[in-house]
Amino acid sequence: MAVTTSDTHVPGASVFDRLEALLPFVSKPIQYVGGELNAVQKPWDSVDVHWALMYPDAYEVGAPNQGVQILYEVINERADALAERTYAVWPDLEKLMREHQVPQFTVDSHRALGDFDVVGMSFSTELGYTNMLTAIDLAGVPVLAAERDDSHPIVVAGGHAAFNPETIAEFVDAAVMGDGEEAVLLITDIVRDWKNEGCPEGRVGLLRRLALTGVIYVPRFYDVEYLEDGRIKRIVPNEADIPWRVRKFTLMDLDSWPYPKAPLVPLAETVHERMSVEIFRGCTRGCRFCQAGMITRPVRERSITGIAEMVDNGLCKTGYEEVGLLSLSSADHTEIAEIAKGLADRYQGTETALSLPSTRVDAFNIDLANELSRNGRRSGLTFAPEGGSERMRKVINKQVTEEDLIRTVSAAYGAGWRQVKLYFMVGLPTETDEDVMQVAELAREVIKAGRAASGRRDIRCTVSIGGFVPKPHTPFQWAGQLNHEATDARLHKLRDAIRADREYGKSIGLRYHDGKPGIVEGLLSRGDRRVGRVILQAWRDGARFDGWSEHFSFDRWMNAAAVALADEPVDVDWFTTRERQQSEVLPWGHLDSGLDADWLWEDWQDSLSEVGVEDCRWTPCFDCGVCDQMETEIQVGPTGVVTLPMPTVRTTAVLAEIDA
Amino acid sequence: MSRKPPERDVALAVQKLRVHYAKRGRLRFSSHRDFQRALERALRRAEVPMAYSAGFSPHPKISYANSAPTGVASEAEYVEIGVTKQCDPERMRIALDDALPAGLDVVDVVTAATPDFVNRLEASRWCFELPGVDVSTAQAAADAFLGHSEVIVERLMKNGIRKFDTREAVLSLTVSGESGVSGSQGSGAGDSYAILEVVTRHVTPSVRPDDLLAALRIAAHLVPPVPPRVTRLAQGPLIPGSTEIGDPFAPDRAALVSTN
Repeated sequence: MAVTTSDTHVPGASVFDRLEALLPFVSKPIQYVGGELNAVQKPWDSVDVHWALMYPDAYEVGAPNQGVQILYEVINERADALAERTYAVWPDLEKLMREHQVPQFTVDSHRALGDFDVVGMSFSTELGYTNMLTAIDLAGVPVLAAERDDSHPIVVAGGHAAFNPETIAEFVDAAVMGDGEEAVLLITDIVRDWKNEGCPEGRVGLLRRLALTGVIYVPRFYDVEYLEDGRIKRIVPNEADIPWRVRKFTLMDLDSWPYPKAPLVPLAETVHERMSVEIFRGCTRGCRFCQAGMITRPVRERSITGIAEMVDNGLCKTGYEEVGLLSLSSADHTEIAEIAKGLADRYQGTETALSLPSTRVDAFNIDLANELSRNGRRSGLTFAPEGGSERMRKVINKQVTEEDLIRTVSAAYGAGWRQVKLYFMVGLPTETDEDVMQVAELAREVIKAGRAASGRRDIRCTVSIGGFVPKPHTPFQWAGQLNHEATDARLHKLRDAIRADREYGKSIGLRYHDGKPGIVEGLLSRGDRRVGRVILQAWRDGARFDGWSEHFSFDRWMNAAAVALADEPVDVDWFTTRERQQSEVLPWGHLDSGLDADWLWEDWQDSLSEVGVEDCRWTPCFDCGVCDQMETEIQVGPTGVVTLPMPTVRTTAVLAEIDA
Repeated sequence: MSRKPPERDVALAVQKLRVHYAKRGRLRFSSHRDFQRALERALRRAEVPMAYSAGFSPHPKISYANSAPTGVASEAEYVEIGVTKQCDPERMRIALDDALPAGLDVVDVVTAATPDFVNRLEASRWCFELPGVDVSTAQAAADAFLGHSEVIVERLMKNGIRKFDTREAVLSLTVSGESGVSGSQGSGAGDSYAILEVVTRHVTPSVRPDDLLAALRIAAHLVPPVPPRVTRLAQGPLIPGSTEIGDPFAPDRAALVSTN
């Protein structure tokens, strides 16, 4: 599958010579040259299936992404496939690439994106959609899937945003929901067999094979019919045998998938200068706003020994001096105390730092944080009460009381932590101004308790508050989003209240963003295929890097929506601020995240009645549907193992003989 | 209550090693900070017993000497590393080279046996490859530049634009090249290909490759059609009475031989 920008281009050949001439003129050229430690380069003709994996944001954000690194290794371990990586180029390089006809390239071997068989797009957020279009276009591939031919790669979307791929249905050939490891292996098998059989029925033949699996969504085989008022009437397969519903992938037994085994170590500075080990996948806390917690069920823990081996191996292979223990709520691992103590003991006296990004609000969390910071500085701890008032926290099912929070921060300040960060959201369902003003009250109480516990006045509390965006496959998928004017008004009122406080105000920092980007995110999150036209228009009008405030333009998006939806009975408000009814066909209704639609609706109703639901990791099942429908189960400890295996025995080869 | 930095064994450096490395190929686009991160990680992977500073955020004891700018390749970069146990320089060279990405290559390691290493780096020899520039044009530009007693250029520094002379720092400037050889940076540049070799004395502010190119543009209207490829070939002491650059490790080698 070769698209070439010049007659002499050989598929898989490097375009680095042509790129190199442009690099002296762009900022941070190192991000485009590759050469990371543990990167893999394979000869083009040595394999059947060529994958390009794209994280559609700048290299500094994309390179540390765990999902891409995992799939990169899983594919490259196969003898019959290779995977290379590509990232969004900044506008300075994009302009030069267009002038000099240099195609979108991979950073590993600088191969042209159009040469690959499959382009995998990893969408953590919808704000990467326009960057996808830039990359496809720079590759010389038509941005509309319908205009591609047999010489073009197939574009496959994955990541959390792919749980509603309808807004990008015109641009991608396929989408995969859920864990990617087994998905890329399956796609590789299918593409290899199809190529080895001589590509029967061309591109459509391949896409049909993917669709028939029932776990890969191919939008072209589904028609969307609309009602007169603009709502969706139904979404139906347009060929016999194409399944009505498409299921997500769920990887079981994380210990057998210890990826990445050799994490990439970029030369360029990135947003995460550390190694990460995923300690479990999934979360069952049941926070109603949280798409990640809903779509990654059930909980699957990595064992204490599996974690210890990954930490040791990763440090050896990378030379990083910090390890992050990642998951959606790391302190919830059933053996986290043993893990923290074991790792802290093992790396005591070394310069290796351990971190646990965690938002759990209880004293246990402080013990953990103290354990992990034995050697280091106690600068800041982060908690996420999410809702300012007790009532709001019941609506979103974040089961934290004000007493919990005050007890926890007192313990933190008492143990020597100087700063506490608190995360909140504004614009949650049923929220009033009063609920948001409670954030200021809470922050005051935190400072008061902190001063008492530490005996100092120089402790600080930073409040970080973001606009809530309702997401598909959550109980809030039916909710109306708060418009950006109201969001901004509540934020300003909160800001003024904190500023006006003479006793505590100076100890409280407030960080917030205006409500406009959230509206665009909301449009892209819960939109349907008609929103694809808005994306295309905005991109043609210059939208790039929409997750970056210096590149984002709300007016450009609103103008694009006005043009693209001019002939439709729907508009931006219809997609964002409108509340949906239970009977409405949702654009992602045919995509199966495992969650039972009736359970989601009941949970939405419980939310409105301020009724909570416990974490099923510790309590009986609440029938969310995932384990039944996906034939999966919760995989948690305890394993009873408390001592970590010894690290790999290594010999230090650099010492002089007298000491060795 | 205030926390003190944790008690830890701040092992003193028992030995300093001087490392000569090269920055080649695509990795010439790495910045000084990029290299620092890569080196510190490589030292940990190679299990070099690094010495650390004390305090809340201990830093490895590494001294960096004037590094080549981002985008400029180099055959002659130097750092000094403090270690807490005696290391064998040749084993360290192999282990560190192995742990660094290809393109950041360790050329030589010696035990520091003399003080004032940085002051020994008196001058650099630079090579400018100019695809698309013919030798006679380059020679004329060189002659014009050398004919001036002063060529002032401007550079944006921390405290604004600064003007300074480039001519006095240039100790020699020679032109070579081949006709009929294709430039490595694309076919648009034509067949001519000039190479400049420049020896500069390290002064303050330093005269860097970009400043030299600016000076050639100002003094001799030399405007290369594609970006020149620049490499630092050598860095070290000036051999008295010449414009040749000596081995900056020579005094350390000599001192070691005499103590053995």
